[in-house]
Amino acid sequence: MGDPEAPRKGYAISRAVGGGGAVTLSLSGRIALENLRSLGMELEGHLEKVTSAGVTVDLAGVEYLDSAGALALLQLESQSRARAVPLSFVNATDEARRIMGLIDREALAQAPLLGEKRTPNLMEQVGEASLKFCRDLVQVLTFLGELLLALGYSCLHPRSVRWGDVLFYMKRAGADGLPIVGLIGLLLGLIIAFMSSLQLKQFGANIYVASLLAIAMVKELGPIMTAILVAGRSGSAFAAEIGTMKVNEEVDALLTMGFNPVSFLAVPKVLAALVVVPVLTIYADLFGLMGGLIVGVLGLDLTVYTYIQESKNALELFDLVSSLIKSAVFAVLIAGIGCQRGFMVRGGAAAVGAATTSAVVAAIFLVIVTDSAFALVLHYIQ
Amino acid sequence: MPRAADTPVIEVEELTARFGDDIILEDVSFQVFPGEILVIIGGSGCGKSTLLKHLVGLYRPYRGRVRIQGVDIDTDDEAQLRRLRMGFGVLFQSGALFGSMTLAENVALPLAEYTDLPPETIELIVKMKLGLVNLAGYENHLPEEISGGMKKRAGLARAMALDPTILFFDEPSAGLDPITSVELDLLIKSLNAGMGTTMVVVTHELESIFNIAHRVVMLDKSAKGIIAEGDPRELKDKSSDPRVVNFFHRRPAGHQQEKA
Repeated sequence: MGDPEAPRKGYAISRAVGGGGAVTLSLSGRIALENLRSLGMELEGHLEKVTSAGVTVDLAGVEYLDSAGALALLQLESQSRARAVPLSFVNATDEARRIMGLIDREALAQAPLLGEKRTPNLMEQVGEASLKFCRDLVQVLTFLGELLLALGYSCLHPRSVRWGDVLFYMKRAGADGLPIVGLIGLLLGLIIAFMSSLQLKQFGANIYVASLLAIAMVKELGPIMTAILVAGRSGSAFAAEIGTMKVNEEVDALLTMGFNPVSFLAVPKVLAALVVVPVLTIYADLFGLMGGLIVGVLGLDLTVYTYIQESKNALELFDLVSSLIKSAVFAVLIAGIGCQRGFMVRGGAAAVGAATTSAVVAAIFLVIVTDSAFALVLHYIQ
Repeated sequence: MPRAADTPVIEVEELTARFGDDIILEDVSFQVFPGEILVIIGGSGCGKSTLLKHLVGLYRPYRGRVRIQGVDIDTDDEAQLRRLRMGFGVLFQSGALFGSMTLAENVALPLAEYTDLPPETIELIVKMKLGLVNLAGYENHLPEEISGGMKKRAGLARAMALDPTILFFDEPSAGLDPITSVELDLLIKSLNAGMGTTMVVVTHELESIFNIAHRVVMLDKSAKGIIAEGDPRELKDKSSDPRVVNFFHRRPAGHQQEKA
């Protein structure tokens, strides 16, 4: 029986019933991956109608057989064996026999050596998360110790520090960051001055915009905003760089050559950040005040001189110094956690991505917590 | 053994490869015939990997063209390009397995993308492919949990997922111990003999070359192209080009020949 659909499908199965109910299935055309779906269904359909007399599969008309097609034929054989129906292949070409011979039937039946990873239930997830948090805390504290030791050693032996690297990171983290820090500082100053002026205008208290902005920027907003920007720009970069070095075995190479990876890789980054973040903070403060100046002069009819005077009067030296000390602490936190996350990377691309994200989030979290602590401490000192 | 009279399955015509001002390959032309194992050989820097990357469409030729089964690999026709990509598989030097997926997910990826087969069928095909490369049972392993040799075999299973008619190998023996290297050579030969897949292999391992090659094409850095073509055993003994003879006899240029 010819199959009118054969040219479109690419293959054909014809069925002939012989003596005693034995069925002969003649396959022709391309028995391959592209036809696998419909071929499999048709073969199953034929198998349903077969009696225990047996099936002969005639492969004389097969023009092309690939391993997927061979798999389908072997599946047919094991299905018919499961129904206790004997099945045999006849007229297979040498090529077809070779391909079918390549397929390891035991491999098909073998269970995987590892079970599939199942998602843990809520209790397990809570437990795992808690354990992970504790482990993380221990790792961070260990790294902090190593970092402080390395920094201490660098202070006592300044010649051991890789100053070339320090300058390189100062450029990357500092000089290259000036445009974005300046821009955001300016916009922040503009927005705050503008928004507060809307309220203060009602009380004729325009002039306090200057002092409000100066205190807000210098004491809190300048350091925090700069810290967040540096965390995003440089904290992530440090984590990604060290993380990729771990994946490429570069850190192992350092260890085997007798270098301390923390001194070699982390100290220059931390020192660079220590210099650069306070400078960026001052820069951000200045641009913020400039933003306020623009609003003050253009929108509130203040003179430049008045604005600057008011700003100056609002600030004390204590505010400035404590702000710089805060930003120095932030610098160590950001660079430190960035490096630590980088050193924790094991595996490949996904792990580096995770470490980079974690570095930014952890840095921002630590910065905010430290800022609150500073606020308390400074309040009680004054 | 494939006959030269068959229609070539890969045609490279006047291929020139250039990066900035550097010309790596100039006016390279050759053909690959169905069912043969062609090995591209040469010293370091001769442009073997560059040539392979042009063959698989990762680089566009500066001049000339590469045709696979009559279709220019530079074609803009999306449908044609898709059919072309289904027709060949590439084994990269370190396997290039996706680290966040298990071996089964890696091998299943092309099947899920290019066919509409149900998941159970894909699972079975994946098992079969892993069985072909002697990795039965390792479906749920992650790439980081298996050795370098196993990663290459898993990469090969993935390259073969769609039963392509052409397979490309970039330095398959790199980083493998001698025994694993021979096992991989035997696998390549049995797949070629069993399925008739055309294979293009880039390597510089002499043992592998003599084990698997039906024909070699030798590139040279200063010639920026092919300096020899043919059966490696003949080239080793009968070539008139000293560079070719030195390569096959492992003799760096300028050294005196030691008495064999």
